[in-house]
Amino acid sequence: MASSKQKWIGIRRRDLLRGAAGLGAVMLAPNLKGCASPESATDTTAAPPDEVSEAASGEPVKIGLVAAITGASALSGEAITRGLTVAIDEVNNNGGVLGGRPLELVIRDDESTPARGVSAARELIERENVAIVFGGIDSPVSLAMLPVFHELQVPYMGVWAAATGITRNENDPNFAFRVSANDNIVDRFLMKHISENYDIKNVGLVLINNPWGESNEKGFNEWAPEYSLEIVGTEKFNDSDTDLSAQLTRLREADAGALLLVSNAAPGAQVMKSLDRLAWDVPVISHWGISGGRFSELAGPAADKVVFVQTYSFYGEQGPVGERVLAALDEKYSLSSPSEILAPVGTANAYDALHLTALALDTAGVTDGPQLREAFYDLPTYEGLIKTYNQPFTPDNHDALNENDYILVRWEGEEIVPVEA
Amino acid sequence: MWPQLVLSGIAIGSMYGLVALGFHITYAVSNTMNFFQGVSVMLGAVLCYVFNITLGWPAAIAVTLTLILSIGFGLVVERFAVRPFAQNGSNSWLLTTIALGIIVENLVMVTFGKEVRAYPSPLAETPIRIWGFGLFPIELLIPIAGLAIALAIRLVWTQTLLGKAMQAVCENHDTARTMGIPVEQTIALSYAVSTVLAGISGMLIAPVANVSATMGTLLGLKAFAAAIIGGLGNPWGVVVAGIVYGIVESLAAGLFGGSYREILGFAVVIIVLALRPNGLFGRAQVKKV
Repeated sequence: MASSKQKWIGIRRRDLLRGAAGLGAVMLAPNLKGCASPESATDTTAAPPDEVSEAASGEPVKIGLVAAITGASALSGEAITRGLTVAIDEVNNNGGVLGGRPLELVIRDDESTPARGVSAARELIERENVAIVFGGIDSPVSLAMLPVFHELQVPYMGVWAAATGITRNENDPNFAFRVSANDNIVDRFLMKHISENYDIKNVGLVLINNPWGESNEKGFNEWAPEYSLEIVGTEKFNDSDTDLSAQLTRLREADAGALLLVSNAAPGAQVMKSLDRLAWDVPVISHWGISGGRFSELAGPAADKVVFVQTYSFYGEQGPVGERVLAALDEKYSLSSPSEILAPVGTANAYDALHLTALALDTAGVTDGPQLREAFYDLPTYEGLIKTYNQPFTPDNHDALNENDYILVRWEGEEIVPVEA
Repeated sequence: MWPQLVLSGIAIGSMYGLVALGFHITYAVSNTMNFFQGVSVMLGAVLCYVFNITLGWPAAIAVTLTLILSIGFGLVVERFAVRPFAQNGSNSWLLTTIALGIIVENLVMVTFGKEVRAYPSPLAETPIRIWGFGLFPIELLIPIAGLAIALAIRLVWTQTLLGKAMQAVCENHDTARTMGIPVEQTIALSYAVSTVLAGISGMLIAPVANVSATMGTLLGLKAFAAAIIGGLGNPWGVVVAGIVYGIVESLAAGLFGGSYREILGFAVVIIVLALRPNGLFGRAQVKKV
């Protein structure tokens, strides 16, 4: 008995040591990945130093970005980075901000995880001293980061995540601005589109099971009566679900004439595949999360059936700003045609938002957070890519874009093309 | 709707069953378990994708290469993450197989990327329609392949000399060794079989569940749950438990919505274990002292 007890203790001690070693390896693993991946977590300087020295010199003003650089929505992070980089190059070549200081982009990967986003935002502000933090595609991440911006009094600029509560939050003063869609306005826009273009009364909601899905559930329910539409069913699903036939069957039995989809690319593609399973040919009108990943690859031919919202299209005749941005994207990233600009809204929104931020910095005259926040209310007119911004932000409205700026598009193979009205 | 839910549950459930069978085999032969299994599923899918789609090699070559590499993974796991510990009577293999899995998963994220990619397959393009519900052909192939493999393993186990050798190792290492059975090699073989089973299920589900570095983690955990509720020592038990688990999940998601899939699935695991601590089909192990 005694000997067996001794052995037990002996093994435990050894196990403990080995356990600690193993745990160390486990904890090291994510860091390992962070070091090895050139894109994630490391600083990215926006422009080559020689270009900067010609135009703007002096201490750089740092601009933070917390977005999905890796993961299923990695394309969104890349698109945002491109838009920001092109705009930063323009600003720096024109003398920078605050009398000659260049802008410098500092990127952190949130891996679509709220907790990582929160620590990244804090690190960017406290250690890197960024003047403003730009956000990525994931609403849950942006919502989770809001308290950090409020506490540390640094503005947030949303360029993709659309949850209503990001800009319409409870914080006073409100540090969250956005050049992107707002769920509530998108929901109204999509419902209006259905009521004007389809002869149906019943719609079904197909929503991702997270705060972003909830944000839209509220919006759709708010606007349905105005357009005489009845929501006959609300179905939710998770990121890893592969077969949504059952949920969709319920919507079909409830006689839904169209589906409103709120999802990121991978699960959205499973929705389309499950519609194929059911041979249910129903119009699908979608929010834009599906354009942040490889939706057309994952959904196959069914991808072409979805109509979804965007803020900008690089197809068709471009204005002078559009031409300029296309040329810059081609030069810097070898994107020779609009079809190669994947996740275009990220690029377009980020481009305009960066220029508005540069104007705000010049208006404020300092990088101080509260003063920069005030300056956003007092911007000069800016002729942007998406539109001409005339006082885009007011104390009552922190969304620079509204339903007049949204467009509807669909996939044609790998390309995103506007839907003919 | 019911038949659709059940069939789709059987398809994913038979994958849990296959991977659970891997847990059973190493447990039966060596009393250790391979928690590298989930990662092996992912490696099967990712490697086959890289060979077949990225490099454009023919499917037959891609599948063969993937299977050969899967054997290699099993041998490496056993040699370096299990044997040094199990031989000393330590339970550290629990942690080392998990740790190795996490390291490999992160290596795949760095090399293959974190994006979700589609595995195009003619078997997952046009659904077959039966009584108003639809299934992709691969979803029918998955359970058939799963059961066929389980049957084949059973036959090898009971009908061949190799199987009998494994049974002997199972009974008692020392006696088996005296009989001239190479115990170490037999245990290594059981690990190779377990990773091959996982690799096969990775390749089978890739066209339905897509390919990504993180695809195996939850699947491995659910397969382990299936192995436990089936009764670790009973090969048919774990396969059946895998299928039942798949059906329960699918019904939960279908009838109550996707939010309830994991809640009800794992609740069932706890309830089963509370009622039958040795699993549905397991027998209590009697240790003579």
